[in-house]
Amino acid sequence: MLYREAGQFKTSYAADQAIFPIPQDRYMLAGILAIAFGVVPFVLNDYWVNAILLPFLIYALAAIGLNILTGYCGQVSLGTGAFLAVGAYSSYKLMTGFPEMNMLVVFALAGLITAAVGLLFGLPSLRIKGFYLAVATLAAQFFIIWLFYKVPWFFNYNATGQITVPPRDLFGFRLTGPEAVPAVRYLVTLSIVAVLALAAKNMARGHVGRAWMAIRDMDIAAELIGIRPLRTKLLAFAVSSFYIGVAGAMMFAIYLGAAESGETFGIQQSFDVLFMIIIGGLGTVLGGFLGAAFLVLLPIGLEAVLVEGLGLSTNFAEHVKLILLGSLIIFFLIVEPHGLARLWQITKEKLRLWPFPH
Amino acid sequence: MTEFSFFIEAVLSGLMAGVMYSLVALGFVLIFKASGVFNFAQGVMALFAGLTLVGLLQGTIPFIHTNNPAFALPPWAAILVTVAVMVVLAILIERLMLRPLVNQEEIILFMATLGLAYVLEGAGDILWGSDVKVLDLGLPQGASDWMLDTFNIYVEKIEVVAAVTAGILVTVLAIFFQKTRIGRALRAVADDHQAALSVGISLSTIWIIVWSVAGIVALVAGIMWGAKSGIQFSLSLIALKALPVLILGGFTSIPGAIVGGLIIGVGEKLAEIYAGPYVGGAIENWFAYMLALVFLLFRPQGLFGEKIIERV
Amino acid sequence: MNAEVTTAEAPAAAAAVADAPENDTAPAEERAAGHGAGAAPAPAPKETLLAVEDVSLAFGGVKALQNVSFDIAKGEIRAIIGPNGAGKTSMLNVINGFYHPQEGRIAFKGQLRRRMRPHFAAAQGIARTFQNVALFRGMTTLDNIMTGRALKMRRGILWQALHWGPARREELEHREFVEHVIDFLEIEHIRKTPVGRLPYGLQKRVELGRALAMEPDLLLLDEPMAGMNLEEKEDMSRFIIDVNEQFGTTIALIEHDMGVVMDLSDRVVVLDHGEKIADGTPEEVQADRRVIDAYLGVPND
Repeated sequence: MLYREAGQFKTSYAADQAIFPIPQDRYMLAGILAIAFGVVPFVLNDYWVNAILLPFLIYALAAIGLNILTGYCGQVSLGTGAFLAVGAYSSYKLMTGFPEMNMLVVFALAGLITAAVGLLFGLPSLRIKGFYLAVATLAAQFFIIWLFYKVPWFFNYNATGQITVPPRDLFGFRLTGPEAVPAVRYLVTLSIVAVLALAAKNMARGHVGRAWMAIRDMDIAAELIGIRPLRTKLLAFAVSSFYIGVAGAMMFAIYLGAAESGETFGIQQSFDVLFMIIIGGLGTVLGGFLGAAFLVLLPIGLEAVLVEGLGLSTNFAEHVKLILLGSLIIFFLIVEPHGLARLWQITKEKLRLWPFPH
Repeated sequence: MTEFSFFIEAVLSGLMAGVMYSLVALGFVLIFKASGVFNFAQGVMALFAGLTLVGLLQGTIPFIHTNNPAFALPPWAAILVTVAVMVVLAILIERLMLRPLVNQEEIILFMATLGLAYVLEGAGDILWGSDVKVLDLGLPQGASDWMLDTFNIYVEKIEVVAAVTAGILVTVLAIFFQKTRIGRALRAVADDHQAALSVGISLSTIWIIVWSVAGIVALVAGIMWGAKSGIQFSLSLIALKALPVLILGGFTSIPGAIVGGLIIGVGEKLAEIYAGPYVGGAIENWFAYMLALVFLLFRPQGLFGEKIIERV
Repeated sequence: MNAEVTTAEAPAAAAAVADAPENDTAPAEERAAGHGAGAAPAPAPKETLLAVEDVSLAFGGVKALQNVSFDIAKGEIRAIIGPNGAGKTSMLNVINGFYHPQEGRIAFKGQLRRRMRPHFAAAQGIARTFQNVALFRGMTTLDNIMTGRALKMRRGILWQALHWGPARREELEHREFVEHVIDFLEIEHIRKTPVGRLPYGLQKRVELGRALAMEPDLLLLDEPMAGMNLEEKEDMSRFIIDVNEQFGTTIALIEHDMGVVMDLSDRVVVLDHGEKIADGTPEEVQADRRVIDAYLGVPND
């Protein structure tokens, strides 16, 4: 009864093209944002920030990035881990090389550097597609991780081979390092993710987004109507890598505080982020959030049920997680290739008719 | 030791590693040819088969992970049971994964096999435990004295056995594909699904057979690798090495899988020895991929693959 | 690949193309028997939009097209017909740059064309629909037709990300144009439906809409009525005529339904086994001996 559009008429194409054409959706988003910005910062604690909020937001950003490339443009990438690493190491080099640099600039530049690297590894997409391209991105994954591990310049020649974030402030508040304020870390991450998510949605609904989807759905037809395949794909690579780079920088600087190339950014990360978008929903921005939430909460939930509830070993819980995750991937691909986001949409369609479905 | 015999030794050791890649790549090619599925789980299948085999040999009780010698099977029985397990697995995969996904895009199927890899990895660990396992089938171990004495070259016996086994396996598969009715049917499916259906070949049966054969190839790979370095998680990682092998050899070519595997094996060994020291070593991790990448840019269909003509 | 058209050849070839009909390779007696030989005696000398001259295309040993020459005049509806495997779709693929002929020349708007990518043909004003519907299945009708405006939308990625000011204005302007196309094709009710869910006939109509959104000079239609029922065919024929008359769009179409071809087209070119066997008005072509043989099937076929 509450969720319906009868009696709402759109009088302009502008209104019809809004992100949320139905007012109830807008109210809900406003509500979520109000709580996220206005309430959560006052009630959060260290555990919430470190175990749930930061990983959720940062993985959501990475997933949105990968979704631009894979979900919208149809190019499968298994190099997400490496691109996260490029973002992380760029931010480290920028923070240590230019200690006065504003952290927002650091994140933006880290994103741009990653975009350039992504562009480079996107070049093979001129000739190859599908899982051939996936192999090419694996080359990026292994080569880049090796580079950060072998070339000491990247970790400032320190003995451990690790990178550790130096303490930095943003607008007078401590953002990184051991003395960082949880609420500041959370709010900065939330703001960046919110802005970039909005930008992603805008790109996706504009002509660039349509060109990506056209290439994804039928690249030959797209080319015959004047969409230039290479340029379009490279743009997707660059934008996607920018998002993943910013996510990597925040993962290192705000969330983890320290990183080591192969340990932190291994191929496992590539798979995890890919699974987020499959489960969350390919080709939707909402899917990035839902998938990230799912993958961040799943191990916590399993741990609570299996280890604390049933007294089984953590090892066992870990393996159950693998099986569950793998089964869910297959399940979603079979039943709903558009993932949780599509299920949410169907629920809304049902709600619109509720309680009189006929 | 002379410079030359050092080189020969490096080449031989590369060839042996290459045989392993070839064995995994062979499983990929079989499945890809018959069902168009790029099976990312092939390496994990080798791991799963190896774990099952060791478990049966040692009489491990599933889920509990303790060994009870009373349940231990002799090698031949253990291998037979493992083959049976792989066939059952093939049937399950066909029923639960392939059939519902029929006519989906290749990339969706590819991602589904990623899920399959997770399931198998978790299942293998839960059933048999995740510690490193020693596989003792009584295969010869240690260095070949004859090679050492005659040519002053160090070669492990197990590697020779692996190479010979791979050769036999490829020959058997070739005969199977060329001479038997099922083999010809498989090739028909690979060429044209519709045509195969119209001459009365059930696609489900074909898929089950081909996934079973791939499971058996995985078992052989698991045995060879396991006898050399134990059954452990890293086994599933050689699946990743098989990808560049496929790119090099072409996705649909059995000879391509063999030759591609050998090239990658030797190439990365030589690169590591001769170029590695200049860049800090460990280039084995990415050399194969970079080689494949370069290859993709100049010959996307691989060495033996067919050229793709696009139509509208 | 041999014998690509090079820049050096250009002036000579362009001159040759200008009087292409005289260079026609079809046997002279057929042409004489069929109609008044070439374009020379045509009542109003129309401007040639596209000239195809001596085009040959082969895949390995298979010859898809052999020395085919014809022209498309501005504003006409030109049909390309022929039995299955005659090379009709290959011809369209050559025209919009998807295939590259081994021999021969193509001039569009009087300009000799070099080897190029298909998106360049689109930029020059050639639009296309496909034999098997080639819509973007994951997108709605509206978005599919909006992709037709891709070449005309210029705002870069940063404006897109903001979706504000000029980018938004641009989007709305083009939306307005696309809404006209949607009205024209009478598909308002399926505007927001993903095209994958539409019945075949409507998909064909959406595909036409996407091509129209490009505002092409030359519209290539590959079997626009294949698999349609009578009513749908009538609708589609009406749209084709309306497009031609209202927007003055030149149309080249492949169609199997002879009734439709004879009613719609101004001139018809007939291909068989990759060779041109007739060229002229529908009446002339219908009376042509070789065309009748090709269609009825000479016994040795």
